Amino acid sequence: MNGRPVAAPRLRVDPIACDGRGLCAEILPELITLDDWGFPMIRDVDVPDDLRIAADEVVRVCPRLALRLDLNQAGARRDAGRPGR
Amino acid sequence: MSGVINGAVVNAPLGQLPRLLPAGPAPGLAQHLTRHGPPPGPLSDQGRAELMAEVERSGLTGRGGAGFPAARKLAAVRQSYRRCHTPVAVANGTEGEPASAKDKILLARSPHLVLDGAAIAADLIGARQALIVAPHPVRDVVADAIAERVARGPEPIRWRVITAAEGFVAGEASAVVHWISRGIPAPTATPPRLAERGLHGAPTLVNNVETLAHLALIARYGADWFRAIGTVSEPGSMLVTVLGAVRQPGVYETAVGTPVREVLDLAGGPSQPLRALLIGGYSGSWVNAETACDRPFSAAGLADLGAAVGAGMVAALPEDACGLAETARVARYLAGQSAGQCGPCRFGLDAIAGAVEQLAGGRTTDISLLDRWLSQVAGRGACGHPDGVVRLVRSALAEFADERERHASSWCCGGASVLPVPPGGLR
Amino acid sequence: MSAAAAGSALPMLWLVSRASGLALLAGLSLVMVLGTATRMGAAGQRVPGFAWEELHRILALFCVAFLILHVGTAILDPYVSIGWAATVLPFASGYRTLAIGLGALAVDLGGAVLLTSLARQRLGYRAWRAVHWLALLAWPAAFAHSLLAGGDLRIWWAALIEVSAATAVATAFVARLIQAVLNRSRHPRRPRYRPAVLDRRRA
Repeated sequence: MNGRPVAAPRLRVDPIACDGRGLCAEILPELITLDDWGFPMIRDVDVPDDLRIAADEVVRVCPRLALRLDLNQAGARRDAGRPGR
Repeated sequence: MSGVINGAVVNAPLGQLPRLLPAGPAPGLAQHLTRHGPPPGPLSDQGRAELMAEVERSGLTGRGGAGFPAARKLAAVRQSYRRCHTPVAVANGTEGEPASAKDKILLARSPHLVLDGAAIAADLIGARQALIVAPHPVRDVVADAIAERVARGPEPIRWRVITAAEGFVAGEASAVVHWISRGIPAPTATPPRLAERGLHGAPTLVNNVETLAHLALIARYGADWFRAIGTVSEPGSMLVTVLGAVRQPGVYETAVGTPVREVLDLAGGPSQPLRALLIGGYSGSWVNAETACDRPFSAAGLADLGAAVGAGMVAALPEDACGLAETARVARYLAGQSAGQCGPCRFGLDAIAGAVEQLAGGRTTDISLLDRWLSQVAGRGACGHPDGVVRLVRSALAEFADERERHASSWCCGGASVLPVPPGGLR
Repeated sequence: MSAAAAGSALPMLWLVSRASGLALLAGLSLVMVLGTATRMGAAGQRVPGFAWEELHRILALFCVAFLILHVGTAILDPYVSIGWAATVLPFASGYRTLAIGLGALAVDLGGAVLLTSLARQRLGYRAWRAVHWLALLAWPAAFAHSLLAGGDLRIWWAALIEVSAATAVATAFVARLIQAVLNRSRHPRRPRYRPAVLDRRRA
């Protein structure tokens, strides 16, 4: 295309900040659905270009600022699945 | 077996246990030094590099449950060195798991080994203080051990003992840091990582106390000595808490990869015929007793059973106890232990515990709904707590399929409770 | 209010100032109600939750335009002497100090809310939220200013605007309060941690 390195934007939620208000799922139902308790489940995929604007809006609109768009390559959400104690 | 560390030749018995726990009563500083020799002194840059290489070669992994390579964690903190933010070393002895006692026993019986390890870790990362987070029953032992060291002469680092918070999630690394800094034993969101920005914004190294004890020995005797027992991919020894239907429940030290049957024999062997084992802790997995007994107690050995060594716990469930009832009690306890910060954990675990209780009570339960909740909750908290519950419940559903059928026909196996669940709780 | 100016200048500026002031009061009151609706989780089929939030934001920005009009015309009005400084420095005006001062106070507080909201992403949630509470002081200041500086309640529609604005904001406030109290009793937001009875730290 225009030679810029491909950034892989991924939408992530801070589960502690999130309060289950649900505005995100209203704006971007293609990527965000609500679980049985009203909290967002975000598909762990790169945000396609046609949804980029909506993704930016979702990040802006969240009343708790719990969403962010990670531009560097995704990794695991946390270190492994087992808690380190 | 002799190794050369920092130019000093040390001799150490090869491949012998116990390594971490002394045979007799807890040694004072003098006996500790007699038994193990002096720890490496303050390291030069060269010495640090050599020791880091040795730790990496030893293959030491975290003994707190996550099994993360110790050398990599040390390196991550070293790399995050920033001026004006001196790194901090934290020894985590919180052990929020009610059924596990290894960290308390280790601190009570080998405090100096843990302190040596903490000092070495602090030296490696360039920290000037080490914080020992000790559970209340053993806090004084640790404080006394530190006092002994301080009395002997000036210490290169500043020591602090902090009484550990109570609660299942209080032992999680970020929760420990949160507890130290703000008195709230709840995990924090992961970016930024503790290695980059932890306690008061400084790069923070959090190690389980057992990991540090192993580090103290590796620094003296070398990687080859450490690797002399255990398996090739998971070398060394580990502490295991064995409880339930065994003759002598307690904390024992064993080589990683020891057959599970032998691990149970350390505790006097089963006191009754066994139905199943809960391996790894309350966030671990149920496995069939017969199938598991021949497997090596290691990550590789248990992987295909869907289990992992975790925090080194084996609970033996006798045939006359009910795995579903035990799971229901533990699940309810774990749900109550949620920090309550993340919706899926706070609400989901409550729903899951309710469903498992229904199952155990022989009432009609919508398994597909339970399954749905298990998928919805996994991986959606700020820490691994919900994942642990999901693992526990899923393994219970798989292992106790027969019990489920019996319960559905309103027939309960009954039996006494095996797994300890603290009463009341924080909420 | 001696609007009957004996002078030659039509009180156009003054009229615009008064009108824009009333419009501003209505707008700000609606902003407060919309903000409360967002906070209460208003969301439905026809008006989704994010719509309330966006309306709140957009209307607030509109109010800035009204504010500029209101303040600008008041200053330019030759009939009264209010300097630029008095619009942001509370109680710096010699002319009707309290009334104008309250308006300046509203501008300051509202300005802080506005600026922090524009920079919300960079400030982080806590800082933004803390400043946003000032809206709860800004609106009463604006309302008091509207009564003292405008106060022509003999005109029926002016009185209607004042009363409606106050009722709307008060209702929204009370509703939110009730909801918060009910929520707290049903779902304590954060579990109460029993602080260690023992020493947490000792050197």
